[in-house]
Amino acid sequence: MIVWLILAPLAAAAIAMAIPSNRFRPWILPAAASVQLALVARLVPHGDPRLFNRWLAVDPLSRPFLAIVGVVFFLCSLYAPSYLRIRAERPNRVLCACLLLFLAAMNLVALAHHLGLMWVAAETMTLVTIPSIYFNHNPRSLEAAWKTLVLGSVGIAMALLGSFFLAYAMLEGGSASTLLIDELVERPHTLSLPWLRAAFVLLVVGYGTKMGLAPMHTWKPDAYGEAPGMAGALLAGGMTSCAFLCVLRFVHIARIADDADYASRILLFFGLLSMATAAVYMAKQKDIKRCLAYSSVEHMGMLVFGLGIGGGAVAGALLHVIHNAVCKTGMFLAAGNIHRAYGSKSTDAVRGVLRRLPASGGLLLVGFFAITGSPLFGPFVSESMIVGGAFASGQLAAGLAFLALMLIVFLGMGNTLIHCALGPEPESANATRFRDRIPMVAPVAICMLLTFALGIHTPEFLRDWIDGAVAFLASGPAVP
Amino acid sequence: MVPGIVDPCMVLVLTLNFHILGTPRLRSLIFVVGLHGALLGFLYPVAHQGFHAEFHGGPAALGALIRLGLLTAAIVGIKGLLIPNVMHRAVRLADIRPTLSSVIGFTPSVLLGGIGTGAAFLFASRLPLREGHEHHLLVPASLATVLAGFLVLVTRREALGQVLGYIVMENGIFVFGLLLIDAMPVLVELGVVLDLFVGVFVMIIIVNHVSRAFPEASTEHLRTLRE
Amino acid sequence: MFESFPFVSVVHILVVLVAPPLLPGVINRVKAIFAGRRGQPLLQTYYDIVKLIRKESVLSETTTWVFLFGPVAAVSTGLLAALLVPLGNASAPLSFEGDLILLAYALALGRFFTMAAALDTGSAFEGMGAAREATYACLAEPALFLGLIAIARLTGGLSLDGMLGPALLHGWSVAAESLLLVLISWFVVLLVENCRIPFDDPNTHLELTMIHEVMVLDHSGPAFGMVLYGASLKLFVFSALVVRLAFPVRTGSEPLDWIVVLAGTIGVAVGVGVIESTLARLRLTSIPALLTGAGVLSLFGMILALVH
Repeated sequence: MIVWLILAPLAAAAIAMAIPSNRFRPWILPAAASVQLALVARLVPHGDPRLFNRWLAVDPLSRPFLAIVGVVFFLCSLYAPSYLRIRAERPNRVLCACLLLFLAAMNLVALAHHLGLMWVAAETMTLVTIPSIYFNHNPRSLEAAWKTLVLGSVGIAMALLGSFFLAYAMLEGGSASTLLIDELVERPHTLSLPWLRAAFVLLVVGYGTKMGLAPMHTWKPDAYGEAPGMAGALLAGGMTSCAFLCVLRFVHIARIADDADYASRILLFFGLLSMATAAVYMAKQKDIKRCLAYSSVEHMGMLVFGLGIGGGAVAGALLHVIHNAVCKTGMFLAAGNIHRAYGSKSTDAVRGVLRRLPASGGLLLVGFFAITGSPLFGPFVSESMIVGGAFASGQLAAGLAFLALMLIVFLGMGNTLIHCALGPEPESANATRFRDRIPMVAPVAICMLLTFALGIHTPEFLRDWIDGAVAFLASGPAVP
Repeated sequence: MVPGIVDPCMVLVLTLNFHILGTPRLRSLIFVVGLHGALLGFLYPVAHQGFHAEFHGGPAALGALIRLGLLTAAIVGIKGLLIPNVMHRAVRLADIRPTLSSVIGFTPSVLLGGIGTGAAFLFASRLPLREGHEHHLLVPASLATVLAGFLVLVTRREALGQVLGYIVMENGIFVFGLLLIDAMPVLVELGVVLDLFVGVFVMIIIVNHVSRAFPEASTEHLRTLRE
Repeated sequence: MFESFPFVSVVHILVVLVAPPLLPGVINRVKAIFAGRRGQPLLQTYYDIVKLIRKESVLSETTTWVFLFGPVAAVSTGLLAALLVPLGNASAPLSFEGDLILLAYALALGRFFTMAAALDTGSAFEGMGAAREATYACLAEPALFLGLIAIARLTGGLSLDGMLGPALLHGWSVAAESLLLVLISWFVVLLVENCRIPFDDPNTHLELTMIHEVMVLDHSGPAFGMVLYGASLKLFVFSALVVRLAFPVRTGSEPLDWIVVLAGTIGVAVGVGVIESTLARLRLTSIPALLTGAGVLSLFGMILALVH
């Protein structure tokens, strides 16, 4: 059954290619997203059928990620038809098909239990995002698409080399080499440590490039800045989360091979470096979308930081994936609205958003407070779990650095966003006819509501999923 | 055991790396990258036979042999013929300047390549190798080729040069894959080659767009987005 | 063995003194044949040297003793180097552990004084030639040295005698790739050190494009004769090195080995002639690139040798 998670979007992509009307085509997106959401709701809570010689499986780790992909894609698909209606001058055949392929690829990454298959899916994820980044067909979007493609391909190449190293670590350890994750975690002690370590670094660098960890983050501001807000939301909410799942898989392998300390050091390094990079570039940032992109870099840093800290922080990191994805999706969609309304995303032109777009602007501000860890919102819960985990495990310096960087990011991001939101609406700013409209604000509002709800109360099933994932990470092979 | 022919081939591959790093001529670069790939494609069955020597006859062995032959043909065809042809076509159609330029210059590229090769050998010597692999050059050659490709990728200004660097990088990874042929089912193997192809394909489409949007397909023009 | 030692050394010294000027003649003859000309006599360089020695030297008033010391140093260091390289079956007249360093530095010293003599004239052209020579030497020397290290590693010896002797044969059997790379690299070094095409054109008439020739423009008479002789000595030394590296087989019969090595050096000269006839001179700017390539090949050869 779980194959449908991949086949359904593929079929929808084929249909999208076949629909001749530019105007009606985008409606395939919400249709496919609903199917996806229904499938996730039906299959994910129960199913663990390992398919195709255990190449695909829903395990405790993939569960939250499938849910994230489903929700994020659904929210974006609600936004898509009205957005593409406004951009009627651009043909959207390729975009729609690629977004659906992107969904299939993300699902495949979440389901893949074979390193090679996971790699192929991740590479597909890179390739099919390119048309959506190049949607505007201007030199700037071309540049962004080119950089994303080159850097993404390099990252994916590193990941492949890392996978090979990992396989060799098995071979050297004396067992038949395999790329099946199940087999890898079943006999972990036969892994050769030097190879495992080399592999781990390469894999974190490789999949970290897709996550957008510093210093491999340079594609991110460009791509998020130039892609339509909807595509940015999908990248920030979906793709980076899936890439984090890949990193999680390798942390799992490293943990079981008794090499968690080494893995932790690497993860802490990349985590703090990413947060620091984001903090530096966010100060004085004059572009809203790039500012959000750096925020994404920061939060990816938080995820691997939490993973590196270990203990209670791991649950925090897993929860933070969800909170970050939901909140970021809303923020990117809101930023897309602002971009439409002002015809610019530079803080020079974008002023007084609260007057011109009260709903989008207000929700963006809510998102800003949420994502920077203000109480009452989801990210606050997960971020405090990460910091708490750091202090509880005695990693005082790391925890303090984390808090300090969060503060700097808050100041930098606030400087940009509040500057845009407040103040009078400038006369000179490009007057467009775009104003808040329900289909393009509702998804944002849903995101923020979800963020708020998750901050008030973590639902029982989510708690179970996170606990299951943490237990799975710690315990080793699940009972077959 | 790795058969004796593999090592000389690795030396050839590494020597070609230096040429790839050092030549500013696009056509020569495309040709050598194709040669590089074709060489690795021909090594594929050699490594396969070498590691296993399972082909003693019988219908099953014959099937395996045919499969091996087809795979080899596919790899050589894609790496050695298809990609260079598509590249040459791109050069012709998009009217791309026949010489490349490098951010750091070609002589330093070669020098860095030499240092990188040394570093690769040093690093490889610190990794434990499986019995039968110790004295062979596959691991250092793979690392050195990846480094060389990376160097080309990051230092060439032109889009096509970067694509070629990426292909060299993939070739380096492929060299490592030769050690692991039994670990990789055919599907993954094909996926590797296919992905490479699709990636290059998309890249070339973009190169075409670059050359239409700008006078020359140089990523120097892609300098708007920066902090 | 010990009784025959002085005799072989005498032969060695005689060969070194007499044979070198033959090589430029061979190169010129090959080039003439390629061009469809009859060409100079094979022994033309001897005639030239004899003629020059009988002439008088014209010295510029601005020059000092350094100017005259250049050719002297070129010949003496060339002779020293030639005495270090084993030619026949027996060891070279001068042989000790670590003599490879003396070889490299003898060659460098000769070059240094040639450059100093060029600078001593105070002429802009000669200064330019010296600068080029220095640049290329910087790039060519590592190639020579790295190759020597590779061979030392493979043969386990630190004296040229051992390194270029029968132990090298074993080296070829275990690490042929490494030695092949060194051989290619050394041949490039031979071309550049002796100012041959594609690096430098010994027959060019344009001072701006010259490297070696422009340095010795002001030398005349016996001094220039010594420059010619020194240059041929250098060519002989490098050819012998390349031959010994490429063909380490020793027959055991003393005369036969001598014939092999001498025939080999003539073969190298023929090869140089063929290259000169078929290749064009490189642009000055691309010479460093090619030299770096040769150096990196040597480096790679050395790495391979270290791995084995």
